Amino acid sequence: MIFELLGVPPQALFGQLLLGLINGAFYAMLSLGLAVIFGLMNVINFTHGAQYMMGAFVAWLGLKYLGVNYWLALVLAPIVVGASGIILEQLLLKRLYHLDHLYGLLLTFGLALIIEGLFRHQYGSSGQPYAIPDALKGSQNLGFMFLPNYRAWVVVGSLIFCLGTWFVIERTKLGAYLRAATENPQLVRAFGINVPRMIMLTYGFGVGLAALAGVMAAPIQQVNPLMGSNLMVVVFAVVVIGGMGSIMGSIVTGFALGVVEGLTKVFYPEASNTVIFVIMAIVLLIKPAGLFGRTR
Amino acid sequence: MKILAILAVLVLALAAPFVVYPVFLMKALCFALFACAFNLLVGYVGLLSFGHACFFGGASYVTAHAVKVWGWPTEIGILAGAGAAMVMGTVFGALAIRRQGIYFAMVTLALAQMVYFFALQAPFTGGEDGIQSVPRRPLLGFISIADNVTLYFFVLAICIAGFLLIYRTIYSPFGQVLKAIRENEPRAISLGYDVDRYKLLAFILSATLAGLAGGTKAIVFGLASLTDVQWQMSGEVVLMSLIGGIGTVAGPVVGAFVIVTMQNYLAETGEWVLVIQGVIFVIMVLLFRRGVVGEILAWWSRHGARATGPAKPSAAPAE
Repeated sequence: MIFELLGVPPQALFGQLLLGLINGAFYAMLSLGLAVIFGLMNVINFTHGAQYMMGAFVAWLGLKYLGVNYWLALVLAPIVVGASGIILEQLLLKRLYHLDHLYGLLLTFGLALIIEGLFRHQYGSSGQPYAIPDALKGSQNLGFMFLPNYRAWVVVGSLIFCLGTWFVIERTKLGAYLRAATENPQLVRAFGINVPRMIMLTYGFGVGLAALAGVMAAPIQQVNPLMGSNLMVVVFAVVVIGGMGSIMGSIVTGFALGVVEGLTKVFYPEASNTVIFVIMAIVLLIKPAGLFGRTR
Repeated sequence: MKILAILAVLVLALAAPFVVYPVFLMKALCFALFACAFNLLVGYVGLLSFGHACFFGGASYVTAHAVKVWGWPTEIGILAGAGAAMVMGTVFGALAIRRQGIYFAMVTLALAQMVYFFALQAPFTGGEDGIQSVPRRPLLGFISIADNVTLYFFVLAICIAGFLLIYRTIYSPFGQVLKAIRENEPRAISLGYDVDRYKLLAFILSATLAGLAGGTKAIVFGLASLTDVQWQMSGEVVLMSLIGGIGTVAGPVVGAFVIVTMQNYLAETGEWVLVIQGVIFVIMVLLFRRGVVGEILAWWSRHGARATGPAKPSAAPAE
């Protein structure tokens, strides 16, 4: 076998590959949400990581106090967090659309600090465990490795959500309005479509996607107020590498970089934290607009 | 009027260490220089860097290591820190200026995070502990800086030199070109300016001065730690500039003193510091985008003080 030639036991290789795919799933879902929001609003949502964390916390709180199970949380958390996002958009973000986009970045950064600070004050910095739902406990023996059911679900589930988002945006009438509003909001409004409401719902949707990723991450990572902020920096690098021009581009880049990171853990563990940033530097040198990006 | 104000500030700065705890003042001065260096980039070139902590913190590691392990003199150690920041600034700047606006912020943030992971893993940085108890070697071999007040004047001299360099840069022909780039980049290109070269030079200058501030801070506290390279630190320097006024000369100094004072009083409240910083961010962005100094200048010029000259507050970092 080629793996033995490389001096790496296949168990370790596939294990890291799976971990990489799971990380990639979160990169993909988060960068997809960022791309959708950025496409329509030209705002880079720095609160995204905090909203991902909120998703995980809504699931954990729901289970603890209201007995809301995982599957219900998967539906409810994105709605709750998405609604909170819509409130923020209506109250605050909306006021900045006519200004330089950097102010949107600064505002959402401030909001992220507030949300994270409040959660840390309330729940401390240590993680809270979230049990894997009964239906997904156990694992499959694939012969060369054991595949835990829950992890398989994360990869498959996030693929379904990502491709679903792609389908809605690229293949439906609603998505066509959305893409048109991205290109020329004034003209779309002239056709009688309520663009501000579309922007509001798009922000809610992007935020909901982050919360959904948070719920899916809850049983794998501990539910922790800091879980979003460090992940976000990597996701920003992913977004720079992929370029925010294309929905499919975000999905592919997210998964691919997760896998690359996993492989780096096998072959050169010291660089596993930084490999994505190095790739970003290389992409900037060769194709500054990003792999799938368009220069605006 | 202007000269009087400068003299007043100078007298205040000279008298301060006898009234206020000098270490607090030195901390505020280091952050003031850091914020001014950052503001040079965002306020006068329109490039919002979200990764300036890597220059500040990176330089503090280099200075601390050079002075403590290699036994270099204090002043050479600080210069080594600034030099390291200059090298980093050249590499990161060359990469980051390939994108604009929001992407520039994300690129600098990601590159800085790389430095953070390096500091976390590299053997010489001491991981979570950082480099502790860096000695305060005598200046030039004979001026002892063990006393905080003496050290304060040394730090003050460094910071004033840094401010003067920034001031000189802003009001030089070079600075005029930077402002032209901020206002309208395509136009500056069409006028024949090599925009990328100007941007890169400004970036390197800003990184070097941030490093100078970081190296000085390492000597003051005898410590280089992960706090200074974290991305939260990059956010803090953005906040300092925003509070004082992006694109004003004195704004970042005011902002730095405000934030350092606030952290001093709120240190025991733990997470509330984060929340309050976040709230200030939101309030400044929504209501006082010109910052404290910017608002004062705007009020001044509205109320017909014609003698104040061309101190025009800039409204926004341009696209």
